[in-house]
Amino acid sequence: MPDLGTYALEVTLAYAGSLGLLCALLAVSFVQARRAKRLLDETERRHSDG
Amino acid sequence: MSFWEYANPRKFMATTDRLLKPVFVLAALCLGTGLIWGFFFTPDDFKQGSTVKIIYLHVPSAMMAINVWAMMLITSLVWLIRRHHVSALAAKAAAPIGATMTLMALFTGAVWGQPMWGTWWEWDPRLTSFLILFLFYLGYMALWASVENPDTAADLTSVLCLVGSVFAILSRYAVNFWNQGLHQGASLSLDKEENVADVFWLPLVVCIAGFVLLFVALVLLRTRTEIRLRRIGALEMKERLA
Repeated sequence: MPDLGTYALEVTLAYAGSLGLLCALLAVSFVQARRAKRLLDETERRHSDG
Repeated sequence: MSFWEYANPRKFMATTDRLLKPVFVLAALCLGTGLIWGFFFTPDDFKQGSTVKIIYLHVPSAMMAINVWAMMLITSLVWLIRRHHVSALAAKAAAPIGATMTLMALFTGAVWGQPMWGTWWEWDPRLTSFLILFLFYLGYMALWASVENPDTAADLTSVLCLVGSVFAILSRYAVNFWNQGLHQGASLSLDKEENVADVFWLPLVVCIAGFVLLFVALVLLRTRTEIRLRRIGALEMKERLA
């Protein structure tokens, strides 16, 4: 860990907050993608059966 | 082969299926390298101390905040002129990414500004135009969510995107238009005197490349999701009519 001196709190806060936002965006995008794929598979199966 | 072939959802899905993983891997590599390089292996600035390390998050996110809106503007125009559904869905898919980037730029700017300017927030032209851009992103997403007919939603949001583009441009050039306020000029410049020092510039460029690649990967992933949701809607409509 580098010595961040008197601004350690600000730098850490900026990195933690930003990486948290990026991780949340990635997680939401992947969850929505998986759910849409599953729903489409189900709907197409139902559609072809019916 | 024409570029417009990618307006066909099947072609788009097939092509992006092959592209998605490599782009995500490249984005992770660039972002990881740039952020580790910037955070661990660059010196403190003689004026700003270690807060200079925030530049590796603030500058790329601020650039993306504006450029994502520019991408949305182009895809919205394609929708309005040529009525390609994939382009409207790509604009819809990009909005949450742009909103996140704008929020990140506002947040890192505030965290940097507190020790450097002595305030978290100032009604400075650039800060204010960025806040308005963020509100436009929220309004854009809310409009998509509130209109049931997808084509009408695409029409209305495209017009909103055209209007919001004024603030995207203002966000970029506010410092030049109004020579007042706290925010300094661009960190990256072709003028060597104005540009940041090489020791900060190189990892910054890697971070910017990482953010661009991450945006491309995310927008492809989210557009694929939107195409699937649209297909589900069409199939359910068929079922109801049968």
